[in-house]
Amino acid sequence: MRIELERRPGHSAFFSVVSPFIALGLTIIAGAIMFTALDKNPIDALFSFFIEPLTEVWSLHELAIKAAPLILIAVGLSVCFRSNNWNIGAEGQFILGGVVGSIVPIMFHQWDSWLVLPVMLIMGMAGGAAYAAIPALLKTRFNTNEILSSLMLVYVAQLFLDWIVRGPWRNPEGFNFPESREFDVEAILPELLPASGRADLAIIFAVIATLLTWFMMRYMLRGFEVSVLGQSARAGRFAGFSANKMVFFAFLFSGALAGLAGISEVSGSIEQLQPVISPGYGFTAIIVAFLGRLNPLGIFAAGLILALTYLGGEAAQISIGLPDKIARVFQGLLLFFVLACDTLIHYRVRLKFASHAELAGEGA
Amino acid sequence: MAHHEPGHSDCLLEVRGLTKVFGELRANDHIDLEIKSSEIHALLGENGAGKSTLVKMLFGSLEPTSGQIFWKGNPVTIGSPGQARGFGIGMVFQHFSLFEALTVAENIALSMDDDVSIENISEQAAVLSREYGLPLDPNAHVADLSVGERQRIEIVRTLLQNPELIILDEPTSVLTPQEADRLFETLEKIRSEGRSVLYISHRLEEVQRICDRATVLRHGKLTGDCDPRAETPASLARMMVGSEVKSVSNTGGKVTDEVLIEARGLSAPARTPFAVALKDIDLTVRGGEIIGIAGVAGNGQSELFDVLSGEELVDNPGDINICGKDAGRLGISARRLLGAGFVPEERHGHAAVSSMTLSENMVLARHRSDAAEFLTGGPLKVIRHDVVRQASERIIKEMDVRMSGEDPDASSLSGGNLQKFIVGRELDRKPSVIVVNQPTWGVDAGAASRIRQALIDLANAGSAVVVISQDLDEIFEVATSIAVINEGRLSAAEPAENMTLERIGLLMGGIHGEDTPVEETRMEAAHAH
Repeated sequence: MRIELERRPGHSAFFSVVSPFIALGLTIIAGAIMFTALDKNPIDALFSFFIEPLTEVWSLHELAIKAAPLILIAVGLSVCFRSNNWNIGAEGQFILGGVVGSIVPIMFHQWDSWLVLPVMLIMGMAGGAAYAAIPALLKTRFNTNEILSSLMLVYVAQLFLDWIVRGPWRNPEGFNFPESREFDVEAILPELLPASGRADLAIIFAVIATLLTWFMMRYMLRGFEVSVLGQSARAGRFAGFSANKMVFFAFLFSGALAGLAGISEVSGSIEQLQPVISPGYGFTAIIVAFLGRLNPLGIFAAGLILALTYLGGEAAQISIGLPDKIARVFQGLLLFFVLACDTLIHYRVRLKFASHAELAGEGA
Repeated sequence: MAHHEPGHSDCLLEVRGLTKVFGELRANDHIDLEIKSSEIHALLGENGAGKSTLVKMLFGSLEPTSGQIFWKGNPVTIGSPGQARGFGIGMVFQHFSLFEALTVAENIALSMDDDVSIENISEQAAVLSREYGLPLDPNAHVADLSVGERQRIEIVRTLLQNPELIILDEPTSVLTPQEADRLFETLEKIRSEGRSVLYISHRLEEVQRICDRATVLRHGKLTGDCDPRAETPASLARMMVGSEVKSVSNTGGKVTDEVLIEARGLSAPARTPFAVALKDIDLTVRGGEIIGIAGVAGNGQSELFDVLSGEELVDNPGDINICGKDAGRLGISARRLLGAGFVPEERHGHAAVSSMTLSENMVLARHRSDAAEFLTGGPLKVIRHDVVRQASERIIKEMDVRMSGEDPDASSLSGGNLQKFIVGRELDRKPSVIVVNQPTWGVDAGAASRIRQALIDLANAGSAVVVISQDLDEIFEVATSIAVINEGRLSAAEPAENMTLERIGLLMGGIHGEDTPVEETRMEAAHAH
């Protein structure tokens, strides 16, 4: 016996729209089962995981802080994925954005000017884009699989950050802690409403990036080019679009947004460089992109939901006494159900019972 | 045609009245076929003649609608390839099914029904390949092997099952002449052991050289059963392409002196193992002319289309000239700006993106040539959906495209209606040059004549038209002059009224006698090429 996925002749428009919600529902059900298995009351646990963080103003600020990098990265990735380029290394581009953007406040910390922050942001984007250019170059020149090369570069970036923070950029007044110099006030991303919480400009960047990308994908020839090349490289060539240029565009675009997210996180939330600056935003953003159906507006909503799992993970430690790895479990469940729902919209599962001879025959 | 009692004893395989119907199409219509022991039997025919359908029924991958197959005199049903192998029928496909990352021996082991150790298989394979003159290293990785060597793996794999009948599908289409010679020796060796071969081909020369008997198909019907050595290439060609006299509809448009598209000594290497290299192609088309390029599929038509359209660039800018400008290094958009239009063979995923609407597909081909109309916002290049919509409605009306709903997805249109839209999309620009590959492939008769008429009208208005087609009826219907493409070479174009089906058939079969009249070609054919 074997299991076969058979393409459905047409797919339901209704289910295409509701599939993220079904996935969300299934995730919650699976979460309830998991909490029960851990001897926790599932209702209480789910409440403290998903609802409690939304009940206080300061934690809504925290939600914005967590959602901003997820949305920025995922919006960039959506363009990449739509063009059929699989950038899995946003985590690395995020880190490089943080590192390159920190050159000014760390190496030129004497420079006091309002220009410091804009320069940092631009350098952060440039750093992320340049790092994303590596898999793009490898793909276009040597036909390398970009999934592998971009993923492996994440580990390079993580180790590079670790080395630079412990080595050349270690704070000379920092009692040997593996941390960089703390940023001066010019280098810190301003808070939005300092009276009520910590949320900073990063969430505004996320809103702008979402709207601009949505406009590009919906109205501009460039967005059309992304979709055409993503669906059929041959038709794209017929249209006169260059697949190689698109690889670079997609990687540089998503790399720049990941880099912007990286420097915003460093400058706005951490305010210095540390050996680890991301709780896996670059990977979680992949889930955000798919949960948002690769549509920038959907991604904005999905980013808020995934940000909630980070907060829920923290809450789970405090109120129900479970490790914060539970956030990872929820993220994994969510991605699994999103992909499963999408697959079942387009395919039906069939069990095939066939004799040995027939199997051998079809294998010829 | 010889008449035997069904199940005649000296026949290894006999087929009586085999018919296969797909919807309206009779892909095989009452086919009779007899293959004797120790015989190399040719199955000749153009593309779409029904060769593959017949073979698939013999190998058990298609079920006949009616008719009977006899194996060694006994009526049999062949339900699956596994069963066919059980009877002793082996098949070597045109496109190989090999795993590149595995070794030769591992690939062979995968196809064996029983569990045999790899060492055992390498040993057997080594013995077989020595015996049949098919040098092969069992431990080599497939990825490192040439196409000819890969084919040997398939042949050895088939021989290991000790078949009595081996079916070879267009085996030389991927081989160099030297590799082909070696293959012929192998086939003769196979025959000398009492096995039979069913040899599918459209190459007359090869068939005459190695085959004992030939069955010829045309449009799903049996048109010949003969000894190829007793025939002339011309008579074989006539069976293959038919002998009805076609009235040439020369529409009386004026041919201008202006050369609108020209290729000079155009060569291009093959890009993949299954692609065809273009060799020294010369083509000149003036305003008002329609050049029909005939040929059997896979002889370089799509490669020629790609270099003419600019989807593939050539090294030397002067090799292609469009409207007086050297265009060899210009991409497809730049060539469109020079006034050229293109219609590729494949509708879905090449000429159109299936999941996009018709108006989006309008943008696909014309975003550059109609940028002033279709785009706004300067460097932002915002698409003006309303203007694009109007343009696509204009085409829908002009070409009588039938569809449901407003601006539906390309995938929801029938082949003929989508093709009318795709052709109309180019004609609407009034191009000075249009290159069309298989304009009416898989298109219903009504749409086909609408499209052909549109191409004739365009030429009458003074444009140059290149029609690449496998449909000879179509070529005779529209073309003012005709050239034939074979193995990446293009014969000199000749006025349509001077061309005969016989001559085209000879050129398609690879018999090049450019300057010799038909009578002489017959005499020379055996020695030519």
